[in-house]
Amino acid sequence: MSLLQITDLHAAVDEVEILKGISLTVNPGEVHAIMGPNGSGKSTLAQVLAGHPSYEVTGGSVTLDGEDLLEMEAEERAWAGVFLAFQYPVEIPGVTNAYFLRQAYNEIRKARGLDEIDPIDFIDLLEEKLKVVEWGPEIMERAVNFGFSGGEKKRNEILQMAVLEPKLAILDETDSGLDIDALRIVANGVNRLRRPDSATIVVTHYQRLLNFIVPDYVHVLAGGRIIRSGGKELALELEEKGYEWLTGPEAAVAS
Amino acid sequence: MSVTAAPALPFGAALAAARPGEPSWLAALRAAARERFVAVGLPTTRDEEWRFTPVAPLGKLEIGLPAAPGTLRPEALAPHDFDPAWPRIVVVDGRFEQALSRLPDSAAGIRVLPLSRAIAEGVPEVEKHLAKTVAPEATPFSALNAAAFTDGLLVVVPKGADPGQPIQFLHVATDASADALLAPRLLVVVGEGARATITESYLSLTTQRHVTTTVAELVVGRNATVEHIRVQRETDAAWHVGFTAVDQARDSHYRSFALSMGAHLARHNLHAHLSDENIETLLYGLSLTRGEQVSDTHSAIHHDHPNCNSWEVYKGVLDDRSRVVFNGKVLVDPIAQKTDAKQTNRNLLLSEDARVDTKPQLEIFADDVRCTHGATIGKLNEQQRYYLQSRGIAGAQAEQLLVWAFAAEVMTEILQPTVRKALEADVHARLGEMTG
Repeated sequence: MSLLQITDLHAAVDEVEILKGISLTVNPGEVHAIMGPNGSGKSTLAQVLAGHPSYEVTGGSVTLDGEDLLEMEAEERAWAGVFLAFQYPVEIPGVTNAYFLRQAYNEIRKARGLDEIDPIDFIDLLEEKLKVVEWGPEIMERAVNFGFSGGEKKRNEILQMAVLEPKLAILDETDSGLDIDALRIVANGVNRLRRPDSATIVVTHYQRLLNFIVPDYVHVLAGGRIIRSGGKELALELEEKGYEWLTGPEAAVAS
Repeated sequence: MSVTAAPALPFGAALAAARPGEPSWLAALRAAARERFVAVGLPTTRDEEWRFTPVAPLGKLEIGLPAAPGTLRPEALAPHDFDPAWPRIVVVDGRFEQALSRLPDSAAGIRVLPLSRAIAEGVPEVEKHLAKTVAPEATPFSALNAAAFTDGLLVVVPKGADPGQPIQFLHVATDASADALLAPRLLVVVGEGARATITESYLSLTTQRHVTTTVAELVVGRNATVEHIRVQRETDAAWHVGFTAVDQARDSHYRSFALSMGAHLARHNLHAHLSDENIETLLYGLSLTRGEQVSDTHSAIHHDHPNCNSWEVYKGVLDDRSRVVFNGKVLVDPIAQKTDAKQTNRNLLLSEDARVDTKPQLEIFADDVRCTHGATIGKLNEQQRYYLQSRGIAGAQAEQLLVWAFAAEVMTEILQPTVRKALEADVHARLGEMTG
C-alpha cells in the first residue's frame, strides 16, 4: 500500500485557488522532489499536508496509510507521523530546545498509547540524535530557534525530525539560505534518517539540494498543477534549461 | 456604647501612634512627613500619576495599626525561604520577629539588622541615608511610610565586602493585620566595590484586607554590584503600594527583578538615579493578574551623567477582568551624552476583558544618545501555536507552554540561581492555574 496518496487536491487561501488538482503517490522508502518556480504552489502543498489552518482544501483527498489526512488537525497529523521542516522555523523565546523536544516527543508517544520517556533516557536519545546534525549538547539549552542563524534553524528542524522519526517528512525549501557546509550537514542528516518504512518529500526551487539528497522521482509544479514527472535526471534538465522550458512565462500564480 | 465616626484623616489612627524613644532627628522627619501627608492627602485618578490606579477608596476605610503581631507556625514560612542557610529578617504584621529570623554574624563590618534595632543602636548609616533616596514628599505614600513605618531592614555592606549569601527580607501579614496599615522600610547601603544580593518578599498568611505601603532605599557605591529581587504576593484582598529607589555611584551595577502576583491593587514605583558616569541599571519585572486585580508599575530612570546604560523589560500576563498599568519614564539630562537606554513593555492577554494601560515617557535633553522603547499588548502568537501543533503539542498544552515561554523569557534575567528556580516554579504554578 502507498504511504501517501494525494488525489486531485485543490486548495485555496483567502478564496484564491492555489492548488488546482494535484495527484501524487508516495511509497515507503521513496524520496520525491517537488520543484517549481516561485509562486507555483510548492509551499502551499507542503503546508496543506501539514495542516496549516489558513489553507482551505476545496477538493480532492489525501490519505496517509489509508487514513484521511484532511480530517485531522495539525497535531493529529504529527501524531500520525507527518513532519514538516519549515521554510521559516518559528522562534519561541523562553522555551529551551530540550524542553520543547521532550514535550513534542512525549505528546506523540502519548497519542500512540505509549508512556512518557524517562528524562534521563531522553538525554541519551538526544545525544544520539545530535550526531545526525553534528551538534554538541549546548544547543539544547538555547531557546527554540531564538537568535539562531538561518543555517542553525534549518539544522534544528532536521534535529527535530531525527527525534520525532516521522513516517512522512516534508522539507520545505530547507536549502534556502544555507551555505555549502550547512547544506552538506542538513542533507547528510536527511540521508541518515532514511528508512525503508518512511518517505521524504523535498520541496525546492533549486537542483542544488538534490545533489546531496538524491530523489527517486522529480515532479515539476507550476500554476498549481504537476506538469511533469520524471526521475532524478529531470532535475538536471531543469537546472540547465530553466522553468520556462516547461511553463512558458505566464504559468505562475501566488504561492 | 461607642460610635465610630468616619476618620477625619485617612490613616489617622496609624499616623497618631506614639513612638517613644526614637531619636529627635527621626521624630522631626516623621512629623514633617505626617504634615506632608495631611497636606496632600490620597491621590485621585485625576492625578496623572494615578490615573489608572484608584487608591482614593482607601480614604474611606478605617485603617489602624495591628494591635499586636499575630502568631504563625514557622513551617508556614518554609515555602517562602529561598535557602534555609541564608540570613533572613522576618517582619510579621509590621514588627520584627527575632524567633523567625536568622541574623548573620557581623563579620567584615557587614550589618544586617531589623531597622528598629539599627535606629535604637544609632547605626550611623541610618541617619545619614534614611529618607534621602526616597524623599517623604516624593508621593503621598512615601510620606505616609516615613510618618508611620514600624520596622524593616537595614543592610550595610562596607567597602570591598561581600556577604557571600543573599540576604532575605520577608514581610508577613497575618489575621492580626485585618484592616491595618503595614509600613515596612528597607535601607541598603553597599559600599565601594562591594556586592550584595537582596530579596524582598511580601506575603499574606491571611485573606483579610490590609494596606501595605513600603519604601526601599538602596545606595549603591562606586563599582558596587547589587542584585535586588522583589516579590509581592499578598492576599487578593490587600492594597499594596511600594516605592523602591536606587541611587547609583560611578561604575556601579544594579539589577532588579520585581514579581507582582498578589493584592487587589498593587502599585510599585521604581526609581533609579544614575548620578555619575559608566553606570549600568537593569530593571526587569513580571506581573501576573487575574480576577479584578490591578498591577501598576511606574518606573523612572534618571540619567544625569554621560556614558550610562539602562535596560528595562517589564512583562504582564493578564486573565479575567484584571488590569496592568505600566508607565516608563526615562529622563536624560543635557549633560548625559552617550546614554544608551532601552525600555520594553510586553503584555499577554488571556481574556477579552483584561486591560493594559502602557505609556512610555521619554524626556531626552541630550542629542548624542540611543534611547528606544517598545510596548506590545497581544494574544498568543498564532504562528508559534501552529509550529507547536505541527510538532504534536496542541490545545491546553500548547497554550501553557507559550504562556510560560512568554514569562520565562524575563525570569531568566534573575541571576541568583536558587531564587530564579524558586520563583520560576511559583510563576509556572500560577500560570497553570490561569491557563488550566
